[in-house]
Amino acid sequence: MLDSFVLRAALAGIAVAVAAAPIGCFVVWRRMAYFGDATAHAAILGVAGSLAFGQSIFAGTLVVSVLMAYLVSSLSWRGYAMDTLLGVLAHSALAFGLVAVSFVPGVRVDLNAYLFGDILAVDAMDLGIMWAGAVVVSTLIAWRWSALLLSTLNAELAHASGIDPRREQLVLTLSLAIVVVVAIKVVGALLITALLIIPAAAARPLSQTPERMAVYAVLAGVLSILSGLTASWYLDTPTGPTIVCVGAVMFLCTNLMPAAWRRS
Amino acid sequence: MVGTCLIEARDISVRHGSETVLQHIGFKLHKGEIVTIVGPNGSGKSTMVRALVGAVPISSGHIIKAPGLSIGYVPQRLHMERALPMSVRRFFDLPRRVNEQALTEVLDKVQVGHLLQRQLIDLSGGQLQRVLLARALLDDPQVLVLDEATQGLDQSGSADFYRQVEAVRNELGCAVLMVSHELHVVMSASDRVICLNGHICCEGTPEVVSSQPEYRALFGTQTQGALALYRHEHDHAHDHDHDHDHDHDHDHGHDDSDQSSKGAAS
Repeated sequence: MLDSFVLRAALAGIAVAVAAAPIGCFVVWRRMAYFGDATAHAAILGVAGSLAFGQSIFAGTLVVSVLMAYLVSSLSWRGYAMDTLLGVLAHSALAFGLVAVSFVPGVRVDLNAYLFGDILAVDAMDLGIMWAGAVVVSTLIAWRWSALLLSTLNAELAHASGIDPRREQLVLTLSLAIVVVVAIKVVGALLITALLIIPAAAARPLSQTPERMAVYAVLAGVLSILSGLTASWYLDTPTGPTIVCVGAVMFLCTNLMPAAWRRS
Repeated sequence: MVGTCLIEARDISVRHGSETVLQHIGFKLHKGEIVTIVGPNGSGKSTMVRALVGAVPISSGHIIKAPGLSIGYVPQRLHMERALPMSVRRFFDLPRRVNEQALTEVLDKVQVGHLLQRQLIDLSGGQLQRVLLARALLDDPQVLVLDEATQGLDQSGSADFYRQVEAVRNELGCAVLMVSHELHVVMSASDRVICLNGHICCEGTPEVVSSQPEYRALFGTQTQGALALYRHEHDHAHDHDHDHDHDHDHDHGHDDSDQSSKGAAS
């Protein structure tokens, strides 16, 4: 019953959930939602570059996302008013990207695929790259987990334990850029932040420790991607947005759940 | 009579942007002594201890630490994010898993055993400070650094806390370096006091320091009770130009909430 492109879509979705959910927890803990937006929106600029130079979409988005993430990260250390600055960067990156794509000669590009994702168009090659990205991100985060947690909690405590919070932030920044690359074909640049934040926020009420929150976030991510995929198949709705809708419903459920049920 | 030198600062200066926060600080911390840094808001107290633990880069000078020195650090406050679930027990395992033996010993000294399963965000101010102290002690530190660790505690709460610190020092023989606003604490619990105002104004035993003109210029003659920080008229030179208000009266009480305006560096 499973057509192979549906199977590929499911595997791609799981890769995204595995990569995005733990990073999403840090995005929530460190209040970096706009940071995610800026990095994800910049990817459209990368798409434009890839199309113009005939390169792989993954390469272009990776380069631009890494640059954007690094830019935002180094600005945040200089103490700018981040809220405004990130708002400016996130939306202007998107706007410049859209304008740039319109200059690309020749191909009539279906931008929707990059803005909202086209999970059913994922081919075997894409799948390989996405899983490679997911493995790299998971390894990176698992390796730096404790150091990242302590830096998130308090920078001075981290220093006193011999951890450099800036280096840890760099790890997070790089991981975020990789997540954008992994996720862009599945949910598109506009909804990547949703896949970062919603599973983590849905997992929060169920969790007593940060590790559990990360695991539940992965589960919530996988569940919303698979059910979103199924729902969009039967209802003939756009897949990326459907996945995010399912995630939002899960968020509502766990957060409205009576406190007595949450004890685990 | 003085023990081994654990941390030495040689002529260090710290700049935040174009502003010099600390200059020409020379300082030694020896084994087993309790040293307190006092000074008005914005005098660079916290900056100094952060520079000593390596959390703030110094712009000149040298910091020499004894080889393999372990530092237990108790921060000014822990800003807790509700979105981050963290039990006290899990917190103790950051960044490295703590061994059970060490944990039991520390829980014995600092009474926080009953809080292990609680979430950090649910703790009261006093409980949180004890937990932070306990965590700082887990590595069996040679130096314990407390950066205004009693901010937000009431007077009896902070007195309890400092009694605990003194007990710990007596038991472990570690050196204690603390920043405090609370002059009565300084006077009763310190072996040595450093009076800071961008540079070291004066230092010595509490008795010596409290009789120094520089100290009186900053804190007045009272060290008990109302602790008025009045008429901040220092007649010694400051080369840096952050603008102190030289003649307004501060209420220098235990509640520092009204003094945050110039507290960026403290």
